[in-house]
Amino acid sequence: MTKEPVKVKESSVFERISNFLEVVSGYSPEDALLEASRCLQCKDPSCIPGCPVGINIKKFIGQITEKDFSGAYFTIREKNNFPGICGRVCPAEYQCRKACVLTKKDSIFASDQAINIHFLERFAGDFGMNNKLEMAKIPDQKISGLKVAVVGSGPAGLSCAGELSRLGVKVVIFESLHNSGGVLRYGIPPFRMPRDILDFEIDYLKSSGVEILPNFIVGRTKELRELFKEGFLAVFLGLGAGVPSFLGIPGENLSNVYSANEFLTRINLMSAYEFPKSHTPVNIGKHILVIGGGNTAMDAARCALRLQKMNNIDPDTTIVYRRTEAEMPSRRLEIEHAKEEGVKFRMLVKPEEFSGDEAGFVKKLRSLECKLGESDASGRRKPIAIAGSDFNLDCDLAIIAIGLKANQILTSVTPEIKTNKYGDVLVDAQTMETSVKGVFAGGDIVGGEGTVIEAMGMAKRAALAIKDYLYSFC
Amino acid sequence: MKILEKQILSDLQGIRVISLKVLALQIALKAKPGQFIALMVSKEGERIPLTIVEKDKDSITLIFQEAGLTTKLLGKLEVGDSLFALVGPLGHATEIKLYGRVVLVGGGVGIAEIYPVARALKEAGNYLVTILGSRTKDSLILEQELRSVSNELYIVTDDGSYQRRGFTTDILKELLEKDRYDLVYSVGPIPMMKKVAEVTKDFNVKTIVSLNALMVDATGMCGCCRVTVGGKTKFSCIDGPEFEAQAVDWDELTKRNRAYQDKEKHICNLNKFS
Repeated sequence: MTKEPVKVKESSVFERISNFLEVVSGYSPEDALLEASRCLQCKDPSCIPGCPVGINIKKFIGQITEKDFSGAYFTIREKNNFPGICGRVCPAEYQCRKACVLTKKDSIFASDQAINIHFLERFAGDFGMNNKLEMAKIPDQKISGLKVAVVGSGPAGLSCAGELSRLGVKVVIFESLHNSGGVLRYGIPPFRMPRDILDFEIDYLKSSGVEILPNFIVGRTKELRELFKEGFLAVFLGLGAGVPSFLGIPGENLSNVYSANEFLTRINLMSAYEFPKSHTPVNIGKHILVIGGGNTAMDAARCALRLQKMNNIDPDTTIVYRRTEAEMPSRRLEIEHAKEEGVKFRMLVKPEEFSGDEAGFVKKLRSLECKLGESDASGRRKPIAIAGSDFNLDCDLAIIAIGLKANQILTSVTPEIKTNKYGDVLVDAQTMETSVKGVFAGGDIVGGEGTVIEAMGMAKRAALAIKDYLYSFC
Repeated sequence: MKILEKQILSDLQGIRVISLKVLALQIALKAKPGQFIALMVSKEGERIPLTIVEKDKDSITLIFQEAGLTTKLLGKLEVGDSLFALVGPLGHATEIKLYGRVVLVGGGVGIAEIYPVARALKEAGNYLVTILGSRTKDSLILEQELRSVSNELYIVTDDGSYQRRGFTTDILKELLEKDRYDLVYSVGPIPMMKKVAEVTKDFNVKTIVSLNALMVDATGMCGCCRVTVGGKTKFSCIDGPEFEAQAVDWDELTKRNRAYQDKEKHICNLNKFS
């Protein structure tokens, strides 16, 4: 008889929507043992190829069943620098869990029966953090002490820095904002990615010798070539996809129409949910619409709903999406959490025009109903707007969460770094080297919007190539 | 990020305009006229943009009016104190070249923002006519500095307490009626810049304004500072801050800049700033 999956503990809906504390509290050692014992320990595990960085999932789950939690931690760390982060934000249902043998064939995402690999990873990651487990340094005498610059302190930059630092390379991370972490800091809300976890991982990196310089925009404060002049032998670009896309419909510049990036940056980076203790304000509405179906849309909606609750407004936050729930790119857990918390879902809607009041604040969104047509290049059924189906939605605050484009601050002043038409940096797929010798790149600036773990995978590949590149100076 | 010098440029019933010279070696090395920085006064503070007014070997000078909570907190800092964060230089630099005859129009604290541009345009060999507008005599700033780089200087005050009573645009119109000019460059309150755009339209003269849209990160990530220019959405922080005056949707900018008025008032009251 197959054992039932072990559910993870979560704070009650009532409790959680009144604050920004973490919703999922993770497995206890007993929970972890029980869940790990469900793993079939397949001879030829299909889950491992499902992980973008190839964590030896079979091995670490096996170690958990043997109560060797440290061993499990180190097994994950061999491939992933930040298990505590990835265990919280990885869309496992599209990756390792989807590849798990317990997932039904041809399912779009993981079945409930699939092993909760991400929760086990998080358990091991938190165990390592709580017990201050440290990966042994493996200094490479040949390149030890050589200098590498990393631009951007998001998932890609942190990963690349971690890898190189372990080899004894002197890494300096240049970060444009005043605080490090990139999208983990400004994008993902604290109720999903608690700040103490993020701070711990970053502090750990610093204690291992990585230097982080905030308030420093490479391309502005200093140019790329100046870094080389100063003795950095190689540069890794983890610039991210930081530029918000807008719908391009009339009325989009009315007040209280936010990009998800702005709304989330105000809340997550600038702590606007603590206004006026924090000085950065964020507006809140009675009828909030969030346009989009990805993780960012779910994050924005859940933040918005919390702010309504915290400001004694009856929660009324609606996700507006042009396809249906099945096509939403978001993690399933985020959709579930959003629904539990009271976020409404209005599917098959194509926004047409925002209209506002005299003072320029948004009041309504006119939209068209859609139906699903044939599958498109992404394999998802395409939405088709139905002519004449116009209707209005009340909307005194709107958040546009329809995607992000490449951050071009650096590439716009370094034309020698070749980019594609979207502004993404072109790299050699194996080495992650750009068109400029000694300059490597990874994360969203290369692949467009992706996941944290994909960014880390690219950063690790780049770190390996940078190591080889540094050899050429020896 | 340490404050090296502090000077109160004007104090009109408690509303002060203050100049701070801040240690910022890297920014000073790179800054060009027309560019700005983003700063935070404290860990819990807002990020606000301010124009780089002057630069030295290792420092930059910022001039601001105590208008909201952040600028009031900034005004409380003394020599020796440090900012929590300072990043730049941001935005496009002003295109400095020999235009020929240039009119500069500065209003209020915007006068500080035309000063670096005036100096650079003068050095490039332009004939400079500068118009400064102030509410009253006591709130006028940088008169001597701008006089020293201008071929002609006109001053207007709202109340007539100094020089001519009236608006900067009154003088601008008279100048344009008399002579041919190659560029008008203006920074000041939105109603003034809007009026400048209206006046110069009839004279077919290239008119550049530097906008003071609200910003958060100020590096192109959030879109808070978006403004419609020539029917297209632009980000003031990375596409600007300068735009062709006639193309700017002034009403939209006016309204967007008021989006947090209530919250600003509330937080100022809480902190006993009125």
